[in-house]
Amino acid sequence: MGGGDLYLTGEVKMALSQDYATPTARARGLGSAKSGVSSYIGQLTSALALAVLVPWFLFSVISAVGAGYSGAVAWVARPWNAILLILTFGAAFYHMRIGMRVIIEDYIAKSGTRTALLILNSFAAIALFAATAATVLKIWISAGA
Amino acid sequence: MVQLTLPRNSKIGKGKEWPKPDGAKKLKKCRIYRYSPEEEGNPRWDTYWVDLERCGPMVLDVLFYIKNTIDPTLAFRRSCREGVCGSCSMNIAGRNTIACTQGWDEIAGSTITIAPLPHLPVVKDLIGDLTNFYAQHAYVQPYLKTDTPEPEKEWKQSEEDREQLNGLYECILCACCSTSCPSYWWNGDKFLGPAALLQAYRWLIDSRDEATGERLDDLEDPFKLYRCHTIMNCAQTCPKGLNPSKAIAEIKHMLVERVT
Ligand code: SF4
Ligand code: SF4
Ligand code: FES
Repeated sequence: MGGGDLYLTGEVKMALSQDYATPTARARGLGSAKSGVSSYIGQLTSALALAVLVPWFLFSVISAVGAGYSGAVAWVARPWNAILLILTFGAAFYHMRIGMRVIIEDYIAKSGTRTALLILNSFAAIALFAATAATVLKIWISAGA
Repeated sequence: MVQLTLPRNSKIGKGKEWPKPDGAKKLKKCRIYRYSPEEEGNPRWDTYWVDLERCGPMVLDVLFYIKNTIDPTLAFRRSCREGVCGSCSMNIAGRNTIACTQGWDEIAGSTITIAPLPHLPVVKDLIGDLTNFYAQHAYVQPYLKTDTPEPEKEWKQSEEDREQLNGLYECILCACCSTSCPSYWWNGDKFLGPAALLQAYRWLIDSRDEATGERLDDLEDPFKLYRCHTIMNCAQTCPKGLNPSKAIAEIKHMLVERVT
């Protein structure tokens, strides 16, 4: 808990006292969104998937290092590896999107800026997944397996 | 909204150093936040010297010593002076707690620093404005809600069901938890905060209550509930030893249970 730099007085108080909305109206705000549980479940589920997929991914990358470029391509082209890789990217970017959303909501108070960043965040996550998944598929398909 | 620095007129300046009391053998230095809306200028840190031999054991006694013998203009809130009303909450030596149960001898270091609860508009000196905090408490409708006609004698509850309320009903609404929560600092206008959510859970798991579903509806919201990231400041600071973060986790769990 920080010490001295969190006490508001003067102007801030003035700004509050000139808002004639009642405390109840302010506390209720726009009301409950009645949503949030699905993104909470999504965050937990993707975390669970990543707890398995990330160690597999790291282990595979480390053991593939010695095999050189052609070895790495051959590794990606193996069907199970390709499928697991796509799943890893899917879970990772999905998880990242939820996490970034939380950070944006925490720290960006201005509603227009926040909405813009949230949309950008979704685009970025989906684009990253499309690019990585397409790369894996290209290698897999061109290996002719 | 994140505020990493204070607005210019809230920056705390160096205040007055008050004279040491005469003939005191055991002195303690106290640095206290002072602000009055009626006076010009920024808030300031005033320094007082307290004669420990003429002062009771708690930080609240220190404040009374100062108010009664040195500076009657010092403003703070208190009522019960025994940890049940929640009025005397403030930030003492960097931790939110209630002054009446905090012994001054438990504070390490040569100086006791006392400030209002963090990130509230200051009414005067150690008194923060809790209007929004109380409105948020009202939002969770902290009372029994039923449709079944009231029984002639009483609503019955088994001993086991009553036990579920332990660790929740003891809350004295001091606001130490909510004002220690970074999520509440940044988004306190929308996030209900640990105190209100602990009370929400207290009614959610009351076996006599019939409004559980509507209560959950009113809470399921990215800001009202899900701003809690289990940072646990709330549980660490609660002067009654309660664990709001656990109660919040239970609410999240109930919401998952409802859809799975
Ligand atoms: S939970 Fe603890 S810290 Fe929070 S308001 Fe209740 S008594 Fe105070
Ligand atoms: S556990 Fe939740 S409510 Fe408690 S301090 Fe952390 S974010 Fe705030
Ligand atoms: S005076 Fe009542 S809790 Fe401290």
